[in-house]
Amino acid sequence: MALLNVDNLSVSFTTPDGLVEAVRDVSFQIAPGECLGIVGESGSGKSQTFMAAMGLLADNGITKGTVDFDGHDLLHLTPEEHNTIRGEQVAMIFQDPLTALTPHLRIGEQMAEVLKVHKGITGAKAQELCLHWLERVQIPEARRRLKQFPHELSGGMRQRVMIAQAMLCNPRLLIADEPTTALDVTVQAEILDLMVKLQKEEGTAIALITHDMGVVARMCDRICVMRLGEFVEEGTTDEIFYNPKHDYTRMLLDAMPRIDGERAGKPLAPVAEGAETLLKVDDVKVHFPIRIEEGLFGRKVPLKAVDGVSFDLRAGETLGVVGESGCGKSTLARAVLQLIPPTMGAVSWIGKPLQTLSKKEMIPHRKDLQIVFQDPLASLNPRMTIAASIAEPLRTFQPGLTSKERKLKVAEMMERVGLEPRLINRYPHELSGGQNQRVGIARAMINKPRLIICDEAVSALDVSIQAQVIDLLKELQAEFGMAMMFISHDLSVVREISHRVLVLYLGRAVEFADRDTIYEHAAHPYTRSLISAVPLPDPKLERTRQRIKLPGELPSPLDPGASLRFMPSKLAEGDRTYLPEFLESEPGHWVAEHDSLEDILKTAPSVAA
Amino acid sequence: MALVSNLEQVERIAEKLVEAEKIKGRSLWQDGMARFSRNKAAVTAVAILVAVVIFALVGPSFSTWDTESIDWNRMSNHPVNGRPSVENGHFFGLDINSRDLYMRTIQGIKTSLLVGIVGTMVAVIIGTLYGAISGFIGGTVDNLMMRTVDILIAVPYMFILILLMVWFERSFYMLFVGIGIVSWLDMSRIVRGQTLSLKNREFIEAAQAAGVGWFTIITRHIVPNLLGVVIVYASLLIPAMIMTESFISFLGLGVQEPNTSLGALINEGAGQILYGTPWQLGFPLFFFILIVICFFFIGDGLRDALDPKDR
Repeated sequence: MALLNVDNLSVSFTTPDGLVEAVRDVSFQIAPGECLGIVGESGSGKSQTFMAAMGLLADNGITKGTVDFDGHDLLHLTPEEHNTIRGEQVAMIFQDPLTALTPHLRIGEQMAEVLKVHKGITGAKAQELCLHWLERVQIPEARRRLKQFPHELSGGMRQRVMIAQAMLCNPRLLIADEPTTALDVTVQAEILDLMVKLQKEEGTAIALITHDMGVVARMCDRICVMRLGEFVEEGTTDEIFYNPKHDYTRMLLDAMPRIDGERAGKPLAPVAEGAETLLKVDDVKVHFPIRIEEGLFGRKVPLKAVDGVSFDLRAGETLGVVGESGCGKSTLARAVLQLIPPTMGAVSWIGKPLQTLSKKEMIPHRKDLQIVFQDPLASLNPRMTIAASIAEPLRTFQPGLTSKERKLKVAEMMERVGLEPRLINRYPHELSGGQNQRVGIARAMINKPRLIICDEAVSALDVSIQAQVIDLLKELQAEFGMAMMFISHDLSVVREISHRVLVLYLGRAVEFADRDTIYEHAAHPYTRSLISAVPLPDPKLERTRQRIKLPGELPSPLDPGASLRFMPSKLAEGDRTYLPEFLESEPGHWVAEHDSLEDILKTAPSVAA
Repeated sequence: MALVSNLEQVERIAEKLVEAEKIKGRSLWQDGMARFSRNKAAVTAVAILVAVVIFALVGPSFSTWDTESIDWNRMSNHPVNGRPSVENGHFFGLDINSRDLYMRTIQGIKTSLLVGIVGTMVAVIIGTLYGAISGFIGGTVDNLMMRTVDILIAVPYMFILILLMVWFERSFYMLFVGIGIVSWLDMSRIVRGQTLSLKNREFIEAAQAAGVGWFTIITRHIVPNLLGVVIVYASLLIPAMIMTESFISFLGLGVQEPNTSLGALINEGAGQILYGTPWQLGFPLFFFILIVICFFFIGDGLRDALDPKDR
């Protein structure tokens, strides 16, 4: 007997441009205790399917078909009847836990509200129940968290609070809409483990909506693949992964970058022998003064966003920079480009130091140093046509061109990055994310720079588009021989495109080696835990894989002992200011000093306390 | 070999470009004009405003009276003798001093439109640039520039006007100086606030990485993105300018008798409302409201037209 039975559901929206069909004739069931994955790229209608079932559609939405939840027809309920089912029988968790929690309510108050509405439990009893669930989702110091506000918690903790709140009434179905997309890999791994545990212990059915094939491989029993509002394929996880029937499913699986090997895309061109060293970064530090409330006027302490990073980069080489959010990846990129002046250290470009140049003297060098940003839409001026955006660097560095020559160059470059020249008059909001990112790449490439920094350049894109953009970057590198710095939190993507990889942790490099060494023989515990946390799009491997879980949350970069998280022995000696040294363990393989993984796991409780 | 294929490629692209040429290159402005012309309310407002301007320009040729001379024959009993009438040529009736209101209204329209538009342009140009520069550069410069504005706002501007009056001769141009001094202050504050939120956007960083100079960034990237706010504020500013003018004129600076403006006429007419001469208020007020509403609709239309997201 299925818990949720969706039959021929269609969702459409009336817009000024006519009727938009978001979901077309979708049917599926979820059995009690089952985990169903709904996979699809952005705009495939996967979220709208469940929004319709929950009665949360926008006002202009129209539904057809039936949604049956345990005998209730969800599409034809009054809002009051819906409210008794929502939250109590069916709970939802969303992608962004900060926007889903009310900012001015304490954690305890938000959670107690659910209990009051659905169970009529209030006061001390409600607090007790909230505390119980916060402990079950493994939030450290749960009692203190009840009194805190959402913004005081980290992203991972907020998502745990969301899960605890969703589980308060023991719902029979949990709808998770991209629950881990906004989180770092290690946090994602913990949240997914938590959801699996709750599913096993409570028998809650889960509907997991995601674009990430790795996540479904780890979590789901059955999978529905969705595209343009329709199901293209449905089956058990093993069927979908090992015997996909539909071309789209196959394409999705092929496009997925893999951390354990290479995707069948363009091979990475090797760096030429004796290639010229273009960029040398030597012990760069970027400190931001942060005012902390202390004493009458507060006092300023340096936030060490980047704290002594060195590397070099040759022509035609790609350096991958990985790390979790807040580790200083983007700040490092901006320091290299002198968009943020480094506090200390040297950046030299073909033997010429950049950090001593004034802003004006820097401008001629900008021709060779370009950057592609994370959010393709935000990095383009909304009031300029894309051709004008692409042409902008030309106007600065080749002012002698006539407008006709400029137009030809822009069209040539657009063609090169796979944009139709007839799109020249379009504005960024008229294009898709993938197209806009191509515009960003075209703008960076138009002067044939010798270094391109890609700051999370593919993170906001769908996997299929991501694969295309990565292939494009590789092609451009093979053609123009530029050096690349590829910054990403996604270790699988970095593996695909990088020759060497630099791992950052709280502004400091912890490991630096060529790609295969990093991914196959990582030495530092942090690197190893990062790699082990990445989900593989391969259910059988996923089930048997051992994850390395480091104890505790990511510490604040203001904490002087933070960099000693991997050297508990020094902490035990009471030396909190010691900085681990960065040593070359083998030729070309640099590792920061650390204790062995076993020691870190053993001493963990004392660190946390 | 490589050259040949390269040549072919260029030819192919050139062909495509010729194709694309049919979709003409558009700038934000051309695009905006096209969208503006599709906005019925705004186009109607422009038409009415143009009609008002034409009326102000050619209207005097239909009248036998001028703005200054007094109609001695109809000095007494204004509620009866001063009525609007086609026969005696006083189309809008007589004003409080028995002068022809038709001619005086036309003169008032001219003065007020000029003051409203020039004053607002001063505010828009100085205020936008000042605010954008202050917000974009930031730091000490921002502090200095904004504290200057604070001080200027804090000084009562009537005081400044009286000082100006003492130092300089009364003239029509002094009116613009007086209005110019005060009008850009608020605008610069609004623009600075908007600039602060814009300057950390990624596309500004992208422009910096592309080596674009700071002033070009302001004019090419910041100001176009401020237009929405600036235009809405400017369309509210025009009626405020017209009112400010009548106040300044009342103080004795700016427009002086026998010259007049809509604000002054409304003022006079309102004072006479109890004595049975409603046309003295009605005609100037009608044109004043017409002009103000037209500017509101045009401002609205411009804001929508210059936002490419809205089509």
